Amino acid sequence: MDITVQQEKSVLTVFLKGELDHHTASKIKDTIDLLMLESSVKMLILDMSEVTFMDSSGIGMIAGRYRRVKSLGGSMSIRNANKVISKVLKMSGINQLMKIS
Amino acid sequence: MQSINRMKIEFDSKSTNEAFARVVVAAFAAQLDPTLEELADLKTAVSEAVTNAIIHGYENKPGTIYMECVLYTGEIMVVIEDKGVGIEDIEKARIPSYTTKPELERSGLGFSIMESFTDSFEIESSMGSGTKITMKKKFTT
Repeated sequence: MDITVQQEKSVLTVFLKGELDHHTASKIKDTIDLLMLESSVKMLILDMSEVTFMDSSGIGMIAGRYRRVKSLGGSMSIRNANKVISKVLKMSGINQLMKIS
Repeated sequence: MQSINRMKIEFDSKSTNEAFARVVVAAFAAQLDPTLEELADLKTAVSEAVTNAIIHGYENKPGTIYMECVLYTGEIMVVIEDKGVGIEDIEKARIPSYTTKPELERSGLGFSIMESFTDSFEIESSMGSGTKITMKKKFTT
């Protein structure tokens, strides 16, 4: 799992590449949480265009980051999720918490 | 039903093996010429079962996971077994979003995904001796 981040003021965009499962979720969690501690993040965007696999461990990671950014008064969105990833996202109901495109 | 092919492997209860297990199952299932969507569903269900064995069955401690695949005409059966702690209350564990480990950011959706991404799904578990998941997935080709 490769993680690339881009921060413009309070907008943090995280580009994920690879497979998102229990094994890789903790690295993503640690990277994002550290950045949210170091600076004020009001908008967290997960770019999933290069994520080829995701299971419920990915949902747990996304829900955890959502709670964190929400507690800081911010919001979160997911973009470029492919068909396979969208199926898991929809099943989780997480699409009711954030914008998914 | 007559089986076409069968394989059985065992591997350590380590999170790196989640990806290994789903790739192995997908490679074996490829003989039945599934669609990409069917294969993606199967990989997701396998990943959930193996992750459960690691986190819940063995509670992130060392252990061995046993996986068996049997191919039939247009169908695969996958059995994933651990010799871990077992599930105290299966009915409760099957409730969507129920998790015994919220502190680990578990979504509680593992069983829901296994159930909805396969055609049949069974849990056998007893406290202290382990959990066995049997899933069947039909391929339309």
